[in-house]
Amino acid sequence: MSKIEVTPGMFSKLESKPTLKTPITLLLSALVVIAFFGFLGKPGDVSFVWSDKREAIQLPAFTVNSMLFCTVVGVVLLLIAAFSIYRSVHAKKTPVWLIAIFGFGVMMALLGWLATGAVQGVQMIFILSNTLVLAIPLILGGMAGVMSERVGVVNIAIEGQLLTGAFVSAVVGTMTGNLYVGMVAAMVAAGVLSMVLASLAIKYLVEQIIIGVLLNVLVIGITNFLHSAWLDNDSSHLNYPGTFDKIALPLLSDIPVLGQVLFNNRITVYLMFIIVPVLWFILFRTKLGLRARAVGEHPLAADTVGINVAKTRFWWVTLGGMVAGLGGAALTIGNVGSFGREMSAGQGFIALAVVILGRWQPIYVTLAALLFGFTIILRVWANQVSPGIPVDFITMVPYLVTLVAVAGFAGKVRPPAASGQPYIKG
Amino acid sequence: MKLELRNITKRFGTLTANDNISLTLEPGEIHSLLGENGAGKSTLMNVLYGLLQPDEGQILIDDQPVNFNGPGDAMAAGIGMVHQHFMLIPVFTVAENVVLGNEPTSKIGGLDLDKARELVKEISDRFGFEIDPDAKIQDLPVGAQQRVEIIKSLARNAKILVLDEPTAVLTPQETDELMEIMRGLAKSGTSIIFITHKLREVQQVSNRITVIRQGKVVASPLPKSSASELASLMVGREVDLNVTRKPVKVGAETLVVKDLTVLDDRQHQMVDGVSFTVRDGEVLAIAGVQGNGQTELAEAILGLRKIHSGSIEVAGRDLTKSTVREVLEAGLGYIPEDRKKDGLVGDFTIAENLMLDGSFGAPFAKGFQIDFAARDRIADELIEEFDIRTPSATTLAKQLSGGNQQKVVVARELSRELKVLVASQPTRGVDVGSIEFIHEQIIAARDAGKTVVIISTELDEVLALADRIAVMYRGKIVGIVDSKTTREKLGKMMAGIAA
Repeated sequence: MSKIEVTPGMFSKLESKPTLKTPITLLLSALVVIAFFGFLGKPGDVSFVWSDKREAIQLPAFTVNSMLFCTVVGVVLLLIAAFSIYRSVHAKKTPVWLIAIFGFGVMMALLGWLATGAVQGVQMIFILSNTLVLAIPLILGGMAGVMSERVGVVNIAIEGQLLTGAFVSAVVGTMTGNLYVGMVAAMVAAGVLSMVLASLAIKYLVEQIIIGVLLNVLVIGITNFLHSAWLDNDSSHLNYPGTFDKIALPLLSDIPVLGQVLFNNRITVYLMFIIVPVLWFILFRTKLGLRARAVGEHPLAADTVGINVAKTRFWWVTLGGMVAGLGGAALTIGNVGSFGREMSAGQGFIALAVVILGRWQPIYVTLAALLFGFTIILRVWANQVSPGIPVDFITMVPYLVTLVAVAGFAGKVRPPAASGQPYIKG
Repeated sequence: MKLELRNITKRFGTLTANDNISLTLEPGEIHSLLGENGAGKSTLMNVLYGLLQPDEGQILIDDQPVNFNGPGDAMAAGIGMVHQHFMLIPVFTVAENVVLGNEPTSKIGGLDLDKARELVKEISDRFGFEIDPDAKIQDLPVGAQQRVEIIKSLARNAKILVLDEPTAVLTPQETDELMEIMRGLAKSGTSIIFITHKLREVQQVSNRITVIRQGKVVASPLPKSSASELASLMVGREVDLNVTRKPVKVGAETLVVKDLTVLDDRQHQMVDGVSFTVRDGEVLAIAGVQGNGQTELAEAILGLRKIHSGSIEVAGRDLTKSTVREVLEAGLGYIPEDRKKDGLVGDFTIAENLMLDGSFGAPFAKGFQIDFAARDRIADELIEEFDIRTPSATTLAKQLSGGNQQKVVVARELSRELKVLVASQPTRGVDVGSIEFIHEQIIAARDAGKTVVIISTELDEVLALADRIAVMYRGKIVGIVDSKTTREKLGKMMAGIAA
């Protein structure tokens, strides 16, 4: 019996013309690096400092003429661009890892150019470790977004969950004198907030975007009110938690560069190291994850095989909220040491963008969040080493790099099919 | 396993969808449930599958009463269902879909996909399904997706399989294969409830037939009953399945489509260099299995879809780059394949729906203002002329039955000055009475010298209406043949084998 099969996917495909979008962007970026950072760059030396003075193993600083360094980097970038053009002409895509290397090159040239002549040089450890610490709320907020969107609930309320976590962890941490209690309280509080979102969205079918926005506004209002009416009166007893101690992991923290960046951190960072891979594993390697993704893609199909759609959605959204609460705690007791008005400052919304950029996949989302963390620290650092330069312009560069990177991704970004759609049992 | 449905009654408000229905299913039996769209077959099956609770009556398995609160209970009792719209997750693999909700796990709690693959392979081999466990559903042809649905049920040890309109999406060859599979399953002891409105298939595989009409069991004819006997039982009166047509008196070449190519958003050529010409006074039927580019072709002709290359001419006028309004004004009438989505506004009244494409000027509008008197007068005339069964012209379109909704669309399109009528699936989901009426209207348009293109996946409809038949397969026209071509040959063409 011969099998003759028909499918829309089997239509012949029109030979797509090679798109020069990516190579041209790469080419222009490379030329900009050579021209502005190289030939028109700053005369003088720049040193890349790879070791902290406290470290056991000291790596020598790498000192080089700034114009020369940027020109050499620029030429390498030019070669990559040329390779990309070559591939495009032969109708092939530029591999993503190559674009990543390209992006890294642009960053290094930017850092080198900025720090020319600066006494302290480019302090790699400072930049990288701060990138990581500042990215924690974004990463954990992003995980909350992944967890709820993967089951089909759009979570606009990440901002509110972060802020809730930040507030509760600071206050409870101060009042009990135990930061771990504060951290757990933050997770519980944000989890409860998520339950409101989940039950309104799932049981009462309220438009998810609206609930999210309302919850955000509500949390901002409540925390602002409590901050000025209560915390400000006696902040030493209410809003002075301090931060977790840094824990240097034995041996691991002695690795040059990476040891200081990755393994000498607060508990919030280590928890992130655990949460992200565990979430990835659960989503893609366990039956829980398979069911969750099924609910987010095609809830009716999930229902017909006996999966409880409402329950699945409810618990994933709630647990996601708890993770975002931990992210909020990372803002206060994991970094700054006290609660400030609206201190989440839109990071919950950036987390939403990070979720899309990371394609609803925990590892990619983490990388995307790190990029945003880098822009935050870049702003601070650029001002220090090179006073007077237009900082806002500099902080634009990583986003430009992101744009190129996203353009280089093959295929379209596709959200979970049922994201944002209520499931009404018929 | 023996299944018995005893005196099932299910009401929705004032409507009794199932009225005291009883049927039994013996082990290894293929029991066909025959009825028109809206007769209550799907409601009955949803009751059986635990998706709906019956108001009265009982389900018995091996003479023991059971109570299903959800699909999970029904599955646990050994009932598997292959829905008309597949319950598969497009981005998951076959193995993932098959085990979903019932996953094998490894020792550490991870998903054991190897076991899932083995399971799929084992069942697939046993029945000769030829399914790759690692293929993604979205890359599989519809026929294969259906086999995945069957595997899914068998993997859950289903002893009773419910197939809901399984052949709607299949080529004639795939349909034959499915019949073969059904016989194989029955031989191995699986009982099958086969829901359909296609008489030929019922005659081919059934051990027993139950005919349902307006929620009631009306007869249990023998499998050897003739098609016309079955049809009249299903509809409740004598049905003449043949449309009488006068011989063709063709005129000028009014619709000329030349080398038309239409792309989807992923650059697939959904319409791939299609050329045909249709003359006045002739019906060209475009046959083919659903999803072979027919929808895109119709939308391109109307101007809804961007044309990549090629041209479309109506009465000598080039409409390749025209807007929809220009195309309509050039004299094209269009009946879309999905009336609820593209043909009507459900929350508008019938009168409003009848003037949807006439809001630009006379007779419905004077300047900026709608001429309400003219609208209501025309609505009443069309309701009369096209036999639209409705309490009034102010009834909302969504409250009508499928057949009457379709008559509203047909009335609107045919009441304009037309040169060309393009009708996509003109009778999908419509009762037999309305089918007869709509077919008469289409033939009347042809006899009045209009150029008619119908796009249909139902071979019966194609053969009843067409003067010439073009068969589409993967975006291309396999061939254009005359209406005396045999079913068998058309079936082969629908599978891409050129005549």
